[in-house]
Amino acid sequence: MPKIIPTRTPMAEQPPAERVRNFDEVPFGYTPAEAVAEAERCLLCKRPTCIDGCPVHINIVGFLELTAKGEFRAAINLIKESDALPAITGRVCPQEAQCEKVCVMARKYEPVAIGRVERFLADWEASQGDLSVPDLAPPSGKKVAVVGAGPAGLTVAADLARLGHQVTMFEALHEAGGVLVYGIPEFRLPKTIVQREVNYVCSLGVSLVRDFVVGMTATLDELLEDYQAVFLGSGAGLPWFLDIPGENLSGVYSANEYLTRSNLMKAYRFPEYDTPIARGRRVITIGGGNVAMDACRTALRLGAEESIVVYRRSRDEMPARLEEIHHAEQEGIQFNYLTTPLAILGDDRGQVTELECLRNELGEPDASGRRRPVAIPGSNFRIPADTVIMAIGQSPSPLIPRTTADLTTKRDGVVVIDEATGKTSKQGVFAGGDVATGGATVILAMGQGRTAASAIDEYLKTGVW
Amino acid sequence: MYRIIEKQDLAPAIKLMVVEAPHVARKARAGQFVIVRIDEPGERIPLTIADHDAEQGTVTLIFQEVGKSTMQMGTLAVGDSLITVAGPLGHPTGIAAYGTVVCIGGGVGIAPVFPIARALKEAGNRVVSIIGARSGDLLFWEERMRSASDELIVCTDDGSYGRKALVTEPLREILEQRPGEIAHIWAIGPGVMMKFVSRTTQPFGVPTTVSLNTVMIDGTGMCGGCRVVANGGAQFVCVDGPEFDGWQVDWDLLLSRLQYYRPQEQEAIAAWQRGSCHAEEATA
Repeated sequence: MPKIIPTRTPMAEQPPAERVRNFDEVPFGYTPAEAVAEAERCLLCKRPTCIDGCPVHINIVGFLELTAKGEFRAAINLIKESDALPAITGRVCPQEAQCEKVCVMARKYEPVAIGRVERFLADWEASQGDLSVPDLAPPSGKKVAVVGAGPAGLTVAADLARLGHQVTMFEALHEAGGVLVYGIPEFRLPKTIVQREVNYVCSLGVSLVRDFVVGMTATLDELLEDYQAVFLGSGAGLPWFLDIPGENLSGVYSANEYLTRSNLMKAYRFPEYDTPIARGRRVITIGGGNVAMDACRTALRLGAEESIVVYRRSRDEMPARLEEIHHAEQEGIQFNYLTTPLAILGDDRGQVTELECLRNELGEPDASGRRRPVAIPGSNFRIPADTVIMAIGQSPSPLIPRTTADLTTKRDGVVVIDEATGKTSKQGVFAGGDVATGGATVILAMGQGRTAASAIDEYLKTGVW
Repeated sequence: MYRIIEKQDLAPAIKLMVVEAPHVARKARAGQFVIVRIDEPGERIPLTIADHDAEQGTVTLIFQEVGKSTMQMGTLAVGDSLITVAGPLGHPTGIAAYGTVVCIGGGVGIAPVFPIARALKEAGNRVVSIIGARSGDLLFWEERMRSASDELIVCTDDGSYGRKALVTEPLREILEQRPGEIAHIWAIGPGVMMKFVSRTTQPFGVPTTVSLNTVMIDGTGMCGGCRVVANGGAQFVCVDGPEFDGWQVDWDLLLSRLQYYRPQEQEAIAAWQRGSCHAEEATA
């Protein structure tokens, strides 16, 4: 029986007062000794629950056992059997809602910090030099088009290249990585890590075509003339707005726009980089997910004196990763829970000045299982602001469905797939990631990509749809 | 990389470039636009496609040097490259046989209205075109517009060339003098011009299409920075437009949103001019 160590090995990070003035990554990651110490906390359960808690079923107990013995190379290789991008998932997975939630230790103590160990192993491997390129199967002579070079597309491309297929990724933006480059800020996921993973996928022989907007530059049907199968991993890029008065005033951003300006276009380095961004003094972010946390923390780093979150439910219902909420609180973000925005008010130049809100109380659980916010009549109040960021969700872009007659989508543009294979309604076309979920996690997108890759391989070999 | 194979100065601060972009040229249609980027720190700039040649694999872009990015783009020469040309984006113009139509181009807006006029004429319409600019030296493509039109009216604000008038004046006369003849109107130019064209045509009930050029990043529906209020709700210029019913556009909102980055634009121009002066000193 191993010795019980009740608390997690802490991970060093930049102090809050310092990090709010830079875009560098917040946590420093474990040292080898810390990773070993944390891995030793694992009870090595005979019937581990953690593996089923992972959407891609990484052999967690296996890699923790190897890490505890100091066998880092074997440990990272074991992870990579199930997860092609561990440096990324180690940083952005909501571990507390997945593997760490069901860790047996969590019943009485703190769960093993699985994500931190995963992250350590991926960074350790990178520090050893170039990522090794695995053996590729002999060329199959089949061509596959991957639409979108985000987490789902990169996973599919890597898997199919290893199986010997000739893969071309078509990316609408000028850089590969999808939400990893336009959405997630540098301080949470350094872009050099994304670039490393993209380079790895390309080193497998995958071609990357940038500036190619499928649906406009070529339709899905045109791709199918040249490729035997297409994987659609085009994400969920169309931002939602609340449809409240004043939403089109100057100074109101979608989180997508705000984050794309800062992350992809590097507006935080304006005027060295050309793209401008509002340097608001009082910035309100509406929403409670990871995107909202990324936006409000970016605002702080862009020089906001006050960065305020408005969320209609309470802290317990916030969908953001716990670590992000914790970091945001440490950094001095002000949280207005149980608050519903009613209208954005502006001045005579069309510039935002205030957000009018209503207080809520929690009622009965709704369809999502979270307690529904119920407005308190007459509780109206206003928060002064010069910038308002809408981080309330997004849906897939309409460009591909509207140029593809036989691709079935739900009303919000989400592409309908067969969960077991990723097959869409259109022969030869598979889909996964946010385009098929409407917006979920990086790890889920990768899981669906992996499922689709094996179904695509099967389809290419048999020709049976 | 997308090589520049031709460059012309059309007017002071208005330049034309023919750029190799076969993937765009293959699909481009009148009314659509591209997003370009000059270099790695560059912003994404939406530019309407003024012409394209599918066989040569080229697109023609015309731009006015109004900000740091377009000024810098103006310094590029034949043989240089753009690092991004993405598209074609936006809905193409609805080309059909309407009867007699009016096509209005103001300033640099003459460039995008040309392919629309040409396509409308090819579709069998009688095309009356009105082009205008602040002064005669800012006019370009008069002959091209004449070749795409059955009638061409040229005017300048200061009367230095053609008729001394705003484009709305000959437009109003046509609508008054030829009741019932004009089936549809297209207008492309500065926001203020399109606003007043729309105001002019509405009492006559002649449908008026405008092409909006707003602040934009990706051009694919991702950022929403281009949104305007039209048809009673928020619309994205990139995926719902760029063409809209001019009567339905909230022009004052659009014009105020266009001003939002004005201070940063000035800052960027100043920083760039300082930088390019230093570069000139260094090479001198």
